[in-house]
Amino acid sequence: MKKFDFILAGVGGQGTILASNILAEVGLELGYEVKKSEILGMAQRGGTVESHVRWGEKVYSPLVEEGEVDFLLGFEMLEAGRWSSFLKEESKVIINRYQIPPPAVNLGKAKYPKEKEIESLLKATAGEVIWVDALKTAQDLGNPAVAGVVLLGVLSTQVGGSTEIWQKVVERLVPVKFQELNRKAFQMGRQVTTTEKI
Amino acid sequence: MKKIMTGNEAIAYGAYMNGVRVGSAYPGTPSTEILESFAGYPHVFAEWAPNEKVALDVGIGAAYAGTRAMVAMKHVGVNVAADSLFYVVYTGLKGGLVIVTADDPNMHSSQNEQDNRNYAKFAKLPMLEPSDSEEAKQFVGLALEMSEKFDTPVMLRSVTRLSHSSSPVEVSKEGPPLPPEDLPLYERNIQKYVMVPANARLRHPLIEARLKKLAEYAETLPVNRIEPGDDTLGIIAAGAAYQYAREVFPEATFLKLGMVYPLPEKMIRKFAAGVEKILVVEELDPFFEEQIRLMGIEVRGKDVFPVIGELTPNLIRKYTAKAGLLGENSYKNKVAATDSNPDILPIRPPMLCPGCGHRGLFHVLREADVVVFGDIGCYALGAAPPLSAVHTCGCMGASVGVAHGVSKAGVQDRIVAVIGDSTFFHAGIHPLINTLYNGSSVTTIITDNSITAMTGHQQHPGTGITLQKQQTKAVNLEQLVRGIGFEKIDTCDPYDLDNLSQVLEDHLASEQPSVIIAKRSCVLYTREKDEPPQVDPEECTDCGTCLELGCSPLLQEEGYVRIDPLLCNGCGLCIQVCPVGAITRE
Repeated sequence: MKKFDFILAGVGGQGTILASNILAEVGLELGYEVKKSEILGMAQRGGTVESHVRWGEKVYSPLVEEGEVDFLLGFEMLEAGRWSSFLKEESKVIINRYQIPPPAVNLGKAKYPKEKEIESLLKATAGEVIWVDALKTAQDLGNPAVAGVVLLGVLSTQVGGSTEIWQKVVERLVPVKFQELNRKAFQMGRQVTTTEKI
Repeated sequence: MKKIMTGNEAIAYGAYMNGVRVGSAYPGTPSTEILESFAGYPHVFAEWAPNEKVALDVGIGAAYAGTRAMVAMKHVGVNVAADSLFYVVYTGLKGGLVIVTADDPNMHSSQNEQDNRNYAKFAKLPMLEPSDSEEAKQFVGLALEMSEKFDTPVMLRSVTRLSHSSSPVEVSKEGPPLPPEDLPLYERNIQKYVMVPANARLRHPLIEARLKKLAEYAETLPVNRIEPGDDTLGIIAAGAAYQYAREVFPEATFLKLGMVYPLPEKMIRKFAAGVEKILVVEELDPFFEEQIRLMGIEVRGKDVFPVIGELTPNLIRKYTAKAGLLGENSYKNKVAATDSNPDILPIRPPMLCPGCGHRGLFHVLREADVVVFGDIGCYALGAAPPLSAVHTCGCMGASVGVAHGVSKAGVQDRIVAVIGDSTFFHAGIHPLINTLYNGSSVTTIITDNSITAMTGHQQHPGTGITLQKQQTKAVNLEQLVRGIGFEKIDTCDPYDLDNLSQVLEDHLASEQPSVIIAKRSCVLYTREKDEPPQVDPEECTDCGTCLELGCSPLLQEEGYVRIDPLLCNGCGLCIQVCPVGAITRE
């Protein structure tokens, strides 16, 4: 049985936790043992959110090790960049083309890194970096909050497993009135990769 | 059926399934979700107490009455509850009582990283430590059973990486047995429950004898187990550290301890006899290591690992490779090829939210050049630049007493204490009484956002709503302070900077002790928003005054400041501070 190690990185309020909950449930449905760990203490106050999700036949540690990440899901460019040391040659990075400047940048005391700089940082270890305009896709669907589910749609095409299972778990974990919206967001994510892989 | 649960949810589920009927807690990361989750089950009473000591006394009362009870708190909460912890160990109880301590190695959200396993030894009671969610559920049941069997409270230790990690838990279709319909009578037993010296002296020998019995019991408990493997290395571990060590040393022989105090000495000796060398893998203090060394058994432990911070599989690999316990290659292959936080990535510290009422208060305090004795809550973020307006922060309720002490020591500076509403109910009332009783001119500012915000918006005695969403009588802060005897009290809106500034100057000039209630609901809780203002780039002189508010929607552009309307809450503080009137609302 294969094992999968995921890291989801973003900023508080981006839906990173919902996405990691969905990912953990999908793993369970696909027959894996699953563990998940997140640090979110001050996340609601604009801090970083990191979530580790692991699927495998037997999973001990809830934390992914350095050099072991199979998939890094970056909800925000800068936050994705911080995980370069956890990547390996076979890693795939799926990254939302979206910037939330941290305070030092707002105050003009630091520069937000360029897209190219983040890409080369990640490419130093990871084999593949997939850029996705998930926020724009979500806004087009009428709600920026579903950007995370767009990213999950992209991820699902890379990870594999029955689309029905992914779709079912997404719908189960979101509020009933947003089910249709999230279903569309997931579908958009699945189409993004097949046509717009950069 | 299996369900994915966090450690905290599993503890709550375990409590429910094992017949716990009363739960009490004060919110504190990483323990908060235990009671939130427990409160949702049928036929249980769950409450937010004003602080952890009250919560523990409530749990003790329920257990005295013969009902199973659970109290939960973060590690530093046990310090607050410690007085009650020590007496209930002496009295024992009738119904099972489990006390959950959620420790925070690495201080993800705490002021220290104390290792609460020490409390088990200090207060002389048994402690269990689960290593995943399934164990968390089961260990609650075991704790309650032990509690009743040995007439003692039992502590259950979690850490952030258990509380906030998720793994599958076996759930049953059936709920627990329903509560008995006939109410029992309270069983009176003065000698057992009245801890005057004469009675307490009779209890102490029983406590020592009980510990010996518990140590014997620990030898037979299936949660303490030897997991056979390669006999060249034996590893002793518990909790989250066990999982990390298992990941790094899949072949080793393990002694997995589910009960972390008292230790099973015979089992440890048997384990030691079967392996060439022993490594103790534990976070923070050498709690196992010291006890095992006292048994005369040679182990390695804190000569390999630090006493500071969390362990991770990575760190275990690194330290054991350095100590020659792990092949060098096995480490190097895993180590990063790149710097984990290169300079080009600016850090992202947490900050006060857009629209936060605390921001207006700290702006006014900074402008008034006062020394601010702060407290625990979101408003500790007032210490971060660019506001930099909080000068101490130690523990819950410390602000008011520290300010009084500074004033009695005598300084030239103007000083204030700043404490949040929930923190004030927790530990601020007594020091406030002290300022009045012992006569200092300190101004105490209660920064009232009408919720326990930092831990994720829990209700408190001032909100009029209980944990189980019942309407209740709200304690009125102003009436409470007036009732203590304060005469100079003002309530004002921290969004109105000029008014708050005037009120502050008036209070600072006054000789009598006084209270300002700066009242503005947490916008993250109310979700209220106003129209975002705009900056006229022609009028903006790029002076940076608005940026000194430290508000994330204010963005530095080339030669002017812009407001991100998606992030902006529309509080209007920037309109008030702009010296040239460049910021306006349409």
